[in-house]
Amino acid sequence: MTMNDTNQISHRIDVANISRGQDFRAPEQLETCIEVKDFNLFYGDKQALHNVNMQLPRNKVSAFIGPSGCGKSTLLRCFNRMNDLIDSVRTDGSIWIDGDDINERGRNVTELRRRVGMVFQKPNPFPKTIYENVAYGLRLQGINKRRVLDEVVERSLKKAALWDEVKDRLDDNAFGLSGGQQQRLVIARAVAVEPDVLLLDEPASALDPISTLKIEELVHELKVNYTIVIVTHNMQQAARVSDYTAFMYMGELIEFGDTKQLFTVPQKKQTEDYITGRYG
Amino acid sequence: MTGRMNTLKKWYSSGEAAIWLSGAAVSVSIIIVLGLLLLIAVNGLAHFWPAKVGAFEYRPSADQVVQLVGEVRDEEVVATDRAQQAGEWLVDPSQPTQQRLLLKVGNRDLYGLDFRWVLAGNIVATAYPGDLLVIERQEWGNYFGYLKSVKTGDGEVVEDDKARGVMSVAIEKALNIRDEIHGIERGEIGRINHAMERQRLKKRRLELGDRLDAESLAELARDRGELDAKYEVLQTKLALLYGELNRDELVLTDAGGRVTVMPVGNVVRAYYPNSFSLTDKIGFYGAKIWEFVSAEPREANTEGGIFPAIFGTVVMVLVMSVLVTPFGVLAAIYLREYAKQGFVTRLVRIAVNNLAGVPSIVYGVFGLGFFVYFLGGNIDQLFYPEVAPAPVFGTPGLLWSSLTLALLTLPVVIVSTEEGLSRVPRAVREGSLALGATKLETLLRIVIPMASPAMMTGMILAVARAAGEVAPLMLVGVVKLAPSLPIDMNAPFLHLDRKFMHMGFHIYDVGFQSPNVEAARPLVYATALMLVAVIVIMNLTAIRIRNSLREKYRGLEQ
Repeated sequence: MTMNDTNQISHRIDVANISRGQDFRAPEQLETCIEVKDFNLFYGDKQALHNVNMQLPRNKVSAFIGPSGCGKSTLLRCFNRMNDLIDSVRTDGSIWIDGDDINERGRNVTELRRRVGMVFQKPNPFPKTIYENVAYGLRLQGINKRRVLDEVVERSLKKAALWDEVKDRLDDNAFGLSGGQQQRLVIARAVAVEPDVLLLDEPASALDPISTLKIEELVHELKVNYTIVIVTHNMQQAARVSDYTAFMYMGELIEFGDTKQLFTVPQKKQTEDYITGRYG
Repeated sequence: MTGRMNTLKKWYSSGEAAIWLSGAAVSVSIIIVLGLLLLIAVNGLAHFWPAKVGAFEYRPSADQVVQLVGEVRDEEVVATDRAQQAGEWLVDPSQPTQQRLLLKVGNRDLYGLDFRWVLAGNIVATAYPGDLLVIERQEWGNYFGYLKSVKTGDGEVVEDDKARGVMSVAIEKALNIRDEIHGIERGEIGRINHAMERQRLKKRRLELGDRLDAESLAELARDRGELDAKYEVLQTKLALLYGELNRDELVLTDAGGRVTVMPVGNVVRAYYPNSFSLTDKIGFYGAKIWEFVSAEPREANTEGGIFPAIFGTVVMVLVMSVLVTPFGVLAAIYLREYAKQGFVTRLVRIAVNNLAGVPSIVYGVFGLGFFVYFLGGNIDQLFYPEVAPAPVFGTPGLLWSSLTLALLTLPVVIVSTEEGLSRVPRAVREGSLALGATKLETLLRIVIPMASPAMMTGMILAVARAAGEVAPLMLVGVVKLAPSLPIDMNAPFLHLDRKFMHMGFHIYDVGFQSPNVEAARPLVYATALMLVAVIVIMNLTAIRIRNSLREKYRGLEQ
């Protein structure tokens, strides 16, 4: 992990330099965080992902768009091996995150999930206090010192833009918060363990427009320190929030590239049909 | 015609009929339950209310007139010819029916029977004399009669008006002495007995291990000597107290004039029921209820209180909960969370559900054969060789009773816990796993706390069922009269090998096995009421705990 840290630091500087200008550079030339090679996924006999190949750059926001059922959430869940929970799932091919094959035998899945955090579509806070929700991940690692937890909880809630709203009621039940606040709490909970990658599965689809806006601003702030992959069915959101977009259809990756490029001059006809609303 | 049919159909489909029907069903159920409770309550509680005791002039035949004293307990109506056929002489045979009264005449030591049926028509005169005395005794039940005089220990004889005052003082003193005796016997002598028993076992253990040499023998003899000396001191003290207990005597006459001399130590309570004011009656009632709940039974469970039965029931239920909850919860967690859902788990679930249908007496037989004889016998052989041939665990007792009932109620706990676990939303589990928790950590930190209200429900149902089961307990641990409580001040404090008393069994015993069924009947109701009350209290406590747990984890059914 330490080797990676130094790599990350040096590459953060590189990336910052690159994205100062309007950069249409193809993603292959940036540091790759997540690499998917010849990846197939089967639910029993039904194939859900067909030969997916992609490279997601570090410290950038990559969006997966596509019609319902195209496999974008399924692919996202492969990145932190949440599909392991479903008995009938079988995979083929490889996924590399920060140079590690996450599907190899003997891989520590809980360690992987600490490095790759996930936020789900419907906010799912634990039935605990706000403080305990955010501190949950740290307590799992054995960090129980009050002072350390206090500091991390405050930092994470500030990062999630929730601190000012809840700093006086950290010991209240998390269910007392509104939907948008709960989702930001879940994001704070996810960043508290300092992952390298954040996976967001339609994080704002269950929320009102103001909360959605707040979440999008959050994503923009967070990408400085994390690699973010966001699944969304809202194309405008993808255009607003992401640096790179992948268009998927029926389990296949149709096109992947710079967001501005994909939305203005898409290379495939299918992509153009989708974004102009001719189907899906 | 069709118009009326149409309005009927409309009314039916509007749903009002269904509402009325379901409301009626609920009402009927509530009425039945409340009716049952009311019946038990009225019959049980009425037992303690002081009744008037009448003095009757009775003509059993044309030429005889006897004096009877007693409480009217029951009445019935008989056809005149039936009564005449039975050989009864009637004052007024022209009536088509005769009324019969059940009189509790007491004085079983004098008359042989407590109760007697008399014909109401043959009663010539009735009076309720204020000086009619009722004495509750340690033996032979109640005494009805009149106080003539009190003979004090110094030979003084006090008569008439002053006798009453002297009697109360004497009874008070006697009761205090009895308390002291009881304290010494149970407390100090009990401890010495316990120590002597431990000594004997120690000696036996050394014998069996061939380690009994002159030194240990001498040490044992020394200890024994100390204990014996202490015992001697207490024995003398007790002898003194017993002597004092029976120093004063009461001289009494019954309705027929027969004289009885009763030592004051025999008296539990003495009162004049016909001269009770309302406050007196209420005070008496309260005292009787308190005695019922806190005292030990007397006279083959037909008098006195049921405290040991209450205590035994509660202790057994608590031990059973401690045994069943971990087993049931762990089994349910394995079945739902870890086992691969397939044919085998379905089979296990079916088996668990069928366990709930096995008759409870079968559990008793299983408990006797497996727990008592097999397990208990082996435990005795392995751990208590010095106590042989007396069994320790190889005989029915508290542990085996609780274990048998835990088996009985296991299916309920498993099913409730599984239900609770399945209701934990997937999203919360996934949220925990996505943060890097293992399945075990997710279970311990999130899932099990969220399922805890359901686990409490399981425990509540288990307690309710187990507290009322009697049949299996008769085989594995309950007795009519237990010499001591399962919890006392001698180590190991909770005696799992002791036999105990149980309210359900007490009801059966008092109602069917007692030598004096008429006297016992009101006690059956009172004990049943007590059993229901104890179960309700235990349930309410558990429900309160569950509700507070629910509050903590509410908001998940969004």
